[in-house]
Amino acid sequence: MSFEEIRKRANARWEAVEKGVHVLVGTATCGRAAGALDVIDAFKNELARQGVDLPIIQVGCIGLCYAEPLVIISKPELRIAYHNISPDLVPRLVEGYILADDPCLELALGTFETDDRGAPTIPELSRFEHELRLILRHCGYIDPENIDDYIANGGYTALEKALRMKPKEIIEEVKKSGLRGRGGAGFDTGLKWESCHQTAGRTKYVVCNADEGDPGAFMDRVILESDPQQVIEGMIIAGYAVGAQEGYIYVRAEYPLAIERVRKALKQGEEIGVLGENILDSGFSFRIKIAEGAGAFVSGEATALVAAMEGRRSEPRVRPPRLAESGLWGCPTLLNNVKTFSYVPLIVVRGADGFASIGTEKNTGTAVFTLAGKIRYPGLTEVPMGTTLRTMVYDIAGGMSNERRLKAVQIGGPSGGCIPERLIDLPIDFDSLYETGSMMGSGGMIFMDEDDCAVDTARFFLDFTTKESCGKCTMCRMGTVQLLSILEDISTGKATEKDLQLLEELAEDVKMGSLCGLGRSAPNPVLTTLRYFGDEYKAHILEKRCPALVCKDLIAYYILPDKCDRACEHCILVCPTEAIKGGKGEIKTIDQEKCSKCGTCLEVCPPEYHAVVKISPISELPKTLLTGKPQEKEGPIK
Amino acid sequence: MNEKEEQLSHILEKHRGERNGLIPILLEVQKEFGYLPKEAMLAVAGFLGVRPTDVWGVATFFNHFRLTPLGKNHVKVCMGTACHLAGGRLVLEALERELKIKVGETSGDGHFSLERVACIGCCMLAPVTVIKDKIHPKMSPFKVEESLIPYRREEQAPSEKIGCHCEEVVTTDEAIH
Repeated sequence: MSFEEIRKRANARWEAVEKGVHVLVGTATCGRAAGALDVIDAFKNELARQGVDLPIIQVGCIGLCYAEPLVIISKPELRIAYHNISPDLVPRLVEGYILADDPCLELALGTFETDDRGAPTIPELSRFEHELRLILRHCGYIDPENIDDYIANGGYTALEKALRMKPKEIIEEVKKSGLRGRGGAGFDTGLKWESCHQTAGRTKYVVCNADEGDPGAFMDRVILESDPQQVIEGMIIAGYAVGAQEGYIYVRAEYPLAIERVRKALKQGEEIGVLGENILDSGFSFRIKIAEGAGAFVSGEATALVAAMEGRRSEPRVRPPRLAESGLWGCPTLLNNVKTFSYVPLIVVRGADGFASIGTEKNTGTAVFTLAGKIRYPGLTEVPMGTTLRTMVYDIAGGMSNERRLKAVQIGGPSGGCIPERLIDLPIDFDSLYETGSMMGSGGMIFMDEDDCAVDTARFFLDFTTKESCGKCTMCRMGTVQLLSILEDISTGKATEKDLQLLEELAEDVKMGSLCGLGRSAPNPVLTTLRYFGDEYKAHILEKRCPALVCKDLIAYYILPDKCDRACEHCILVCPTEAIKGGKGEIKTIDQEKCSKCGTCLEVCPPEYHAVVKISPISELPKTLLTGKPQEKEGPIK
Repeated sequence: MNEKEEQLSHILEKHRGERNGLIPILLEVQKEFGYLPKEAMLAVAGFLGVRPTDVWGVATFFNHFRLTPLGKNHVKVCMGTACHLAGGRLVLEALERELKIKVGETSGDGHFSLERVACIGCCMLAPVTVIKDKIHPKMSPFKVEESLIPYRREEQAPSEKIGCHCEEVVTTDEAIH
């Protein structure tokens, strides 16, 4: 079958499905975690019970994590998205919208087309007005396990066009687009391709870096689980441009679903001839294999990744030579991130100028971010480069949850930094983030409110990098441990003012004395919190006070005597260390020596009393408690 | 040849001639046995013609590999950034207290093991624990004891305490291994 016939078949199949009623369920890992597979079973059972047969299509993730499991019921005239669907709601949807014409608006997130029954339309939701979905455009709408869906939506036209171009023309196009590597550092992609193209060598490799290790970013996983063909097409074009015959997708073993979907996608690609020998009769041959990684944050570094692929400990090496000159098995190797490859088909089809017109002058195109933390709508988003933090927080993420104030945004995970609320109008791109002392890194954004402690956050990331340091460079191996130990002293109230200076000096030294990006960026969380939240550090050191009431050693739990109900015994029953005293009808008190500060008493104290509070510094506790003497024992029962 | 050796040689044969075999082989060995037994690592070294220390070096470098068997009920605590901010550490401490083991350990009777993992990608459900492949969303120290009840052996089941606020448990099937 020629590719033209394959495309016709794919289009015909897509149109046939679109013409009828069908159900789309998001089944990426996030959807599954929220119960999407049970929802699919419920749909199957209910449809069978009603004697109806229609396609239930497992799609990827639309990026609205807060709305999972997300179901779209698509009728030719009106598509409606339903959020947080549990199996018990399925019969209502089947009887309501599938079998009849009741749109079940009480369960709907919105409609895709305008409808006069009063439902909000999805394109008009604040989030979607600010988004620009280029590489996420198929996510959640096509079946990632069916190459026909990708082809029917314009897939592999870029490859067809690219194979008619000269490799140099493709590289010129990529250079002109201004595309910068989305792995974090933002290196010019076109230059990288050119350098690999120019290096002589019979064997060359293309490697896709899908070793997403930041504990708070998951966009690469979502893309591989939702639209793997786009990445593959980008890799094939890259292979043609630089003159490689073989490609690898290095993906963490912790992403089993992504691996499974990529494996299926590769197989289908080979079946229809966009992968393998003599691709689309062009004479060009290219194969892609999966290399499973075993989970090490440092493997995201290019040379460390190559070491892991060669079966060694994942330790970075000195560059030059760059991978483009000597990479996998000593051969010229082009290594790009999942997102970088995803942009390639678009740039080839739509032209470099179209891409370059999006974003800012030196930061073209869009950026993909994962949004998490204390916001109303966590999820995944794609916006033009240069979108401000304010738009991210209030328009896309729906503002803060729990009515709390935004305190800071941590961008880029362990390599990035904390950006304070006062810089909220900062346009986000590679260069502006770099100026704040942060970096784009993985693109994970964590929103923090007043209940989050800057010192504790820095300590959390240092704890992570200390564990993930490969140990090659002394400053990284030993320096991060020392940084962590100072941070621990600060958060337990043992530090002195001198330590602050030491912390800052050492952080700079670790930056200078480390070879790879992990060590060089590990101090970023410390340096940015010091820069923007210096007062908080001082409060910990001088007053032994944690303003956010997080650092355990500086807080105490206290039961307000005038609020305690006396008759209620919730806290006593749940305290795991039996630290709460007070018999029936007595005011409860916490034995500070026994208290493990787990916070369970605060959690269970009924909201109408709200008697348990956190206090910092501990010296603010009533004197009687500090000396261990019991508080007022008897009192009238309310 | 006993059954285990047979399984191992089956895995090794599949990778004969591969250039980058070590990590894929170790991944497969772990999938089969649940951990990397010493004998298996020695056999892998022999098969690939590398020193046992090279295999040991790789096995101890990557987070995914473990050198001891897991408990029957494996408990994973997400320690991603979102989970940390939402109190993941308190949940971990509560689990250590309840299970009477430290993180990274398996209980003496092999019934429970406890592990901290970096982000499992369900940040909207933070803080999250995964008990035997079931995700327990929005955990708190208070919910820990309750969440463990279905996995306790009968003689270990704790006496009833006060009413539970535990949310419904969701199944993930193969989503999270």
